[in-house]
Amino acid sequence: MRLESLYQEIILDHYRHPHHAGLREPFDAEVRHVNPVCGDEVTLRVTLKDSDGGLGRGGGARASTVVADVSYDALGCSISQASASVLSDLVIGRPAIEGMKIHDEFLALMQSQGEGVPDEDVLGDAVAFAGVSKFPARIKCALLAWMAWKDATAQATGEREPA
Amino acid sequence: MTLDVARIRKDFPILERQVHDGTPLIYLDSANTSQKPRRVLDTLADFYERHNANIHRATHQLGEEATQAYEGARARLAAFIGAAEPAEVVFTKNISEAINLVAYAMGNASATGQSGRFALGPGDEIVISEMEHHSNIVPWQLLCQRTGATLRWFGVTADGRLDTSGIDGLITERTKLVAVAHQSNVLGTINPIRALADRAHSAGALVLVDAAQSVPHMPVDVAALGADFLGFTGHKMCGPTGIGALWGRRELLEEMPPFLGGGEMIEDVRMERSTFAPPPHKFEAGTMPIAQVVGLAAAADYLSETGRDAIAGHEHGLITHALEALAGLEGLRILGPTEPVDRGAAISFTVDGVHPHDMSQVLDSRGVAVRAGHHCAWPLHRAMGVQASTRASFYLYNTHDEVDALVAGIGEAQRFFGAGGR
Repeated sequence: MRLESLYQEIILDHYRHPHHAGLREPFDAEVRHVNPVCGDEVTLRVTLKDSDGGLGRGGGARASTVVADVSYDALGCSISQASASVLSDLVIGRPAIEGMKIHDEFLALMQSQGEGVPDEDVLGDAVAFAGVSKFPARIKCALLAWMAWKDATAQATGEREPA
Repeated sequence: MTLDVARIRKDFPILERQVHDGTPLIYLDSANTSQKPRRVLDTLADFYERHNANIHRATHQLGEEATQAYEGARARLAAFIGAAEPAEVVFTKNISEAINLVAYAMGNASATGQSGRFALGPGDEIVISEMEHHSNIVPWQLLCQRTGATLRWFGVTADGRLDTSGIDGLITERTKLVAVAHQSNVLGTINPIRALADRAHSAGALVLVDAAQSVPHMPVDVAALGADFLGFTGHKMCGPTGIGALWGRRELLEEMPPFLGGGEMIEDVRMERSTFAPPPHKFEAGTMPIAQVVGLAAAADYLSETGRDAIAGHEHGLITHALEALAGLEGLRILGPTEPVDRGAAISFTVDGVHPHDMSQVLDSRGVAVRAGHHCAWPLHRAMGVQASTRASFYLYNTHDEVDALVAGIGEAQRFFGAGGR
């Protein structure tokens, strides 16, 4: 088995030098997600803004809802840490609805059992995780931060009450 | 008596396997589940091919053969652990079910207002330890929630031993049960069960021993340990999955109310209420995993004939080697005793800059199978101040070359992740 098929250089770079790491204020929602298999955890905060001004809470993300910041504290393996770093790069500054589409695309890639053909225009550095989908035990690692982000964003837009 | 490991390895067909297109398998995950010798595999096939029938109720030759094989297996397992009689061995699907059996039976005793040693209520206490597997923590938490009893526990010292310094305040006249592991599945620590049992008994408490990690690896004698209950599981001792056992002292099994209700565990059933069979059948509701019981006895025979002292001696050599070799690696921290004293052959460790998941992935790429994570002992990992660890665990079929392969793989992981080391 070639380790490089799982650990692409992009992943190792993000692992060694994570982007946007650390918890920042202010934030609209904070969640803590845990992978019960290995004990890895991520605490993740989301800050939203409305490009029309104001912050429209309630009823989910609107077309004008933009991800102002994602900050996180991740304890875990290279895959889970790199994934949090790539995620924050991808969604900060984008409309939340677009972020959700990236999330869906990434989730589909992870569930593709190595068959998925990632779209670099959508996924950016996250295409490097395509190989992870061949390692069932590691898919949760790659998804941990994404699940946390989706949950936090749903809470911040008022679509979901905090747990 | 020393082990002829080369001959033993020939008994385990899976050890001839290669993984990842041509890498020989180096299986260092036996504390998770052990591999199975040909004799156990043949016994399972032979049972299904020649003797398969339900037990205790089929009035035909196959039924008699199956019953004989099943009850014969009970007698062999009773002898294997030094039980006074076969009826003290109750078959369960694994040790988790064995522990839950006692916990739910105590819950039933409490709910039906029975007095006596199994009934619990507010003010009563159950004592466990911080180094327990989740299966010896969660059932007691649930029991305490149901009954209002209080859960208390021994801590763990920095070097991974049971911290008994507070034992006087911990085991008191309020203690109803002390439940501890004979050997930690993470640290390898072998706990002083006899001394704990004597203390518990002098306080009037019962003692349950989680022997999942000891029965496969060393001679275990329930009378010498001074236990009241002892659980173990088949798949960690060269036996099939889906079968384990609870040993209990006869008078306790007689007094204890049942856990699962159903067929075969009854004496008489009326629409209003039922009475129950004597132990062990009182605790074996429904059709049991018959072939697995017979396979488990074949595994016990295999271990006995190989020699459990010899197995323990061989594993002692492997863990001594591993402790020495790993102690020399930069950035590596061994969780648990670093001296091979009162210590079994499981070794968990962390390596600076390489997460256990990544460590196990690199090792797997070289054919070395280990476990990464919290090994179902999350509170212990928190107590040791780590998120997760990598665990290598040895058994009778492992070699010193395989220990060296582990060490080389750790070095490779350090290089790959640029985490120092050599």
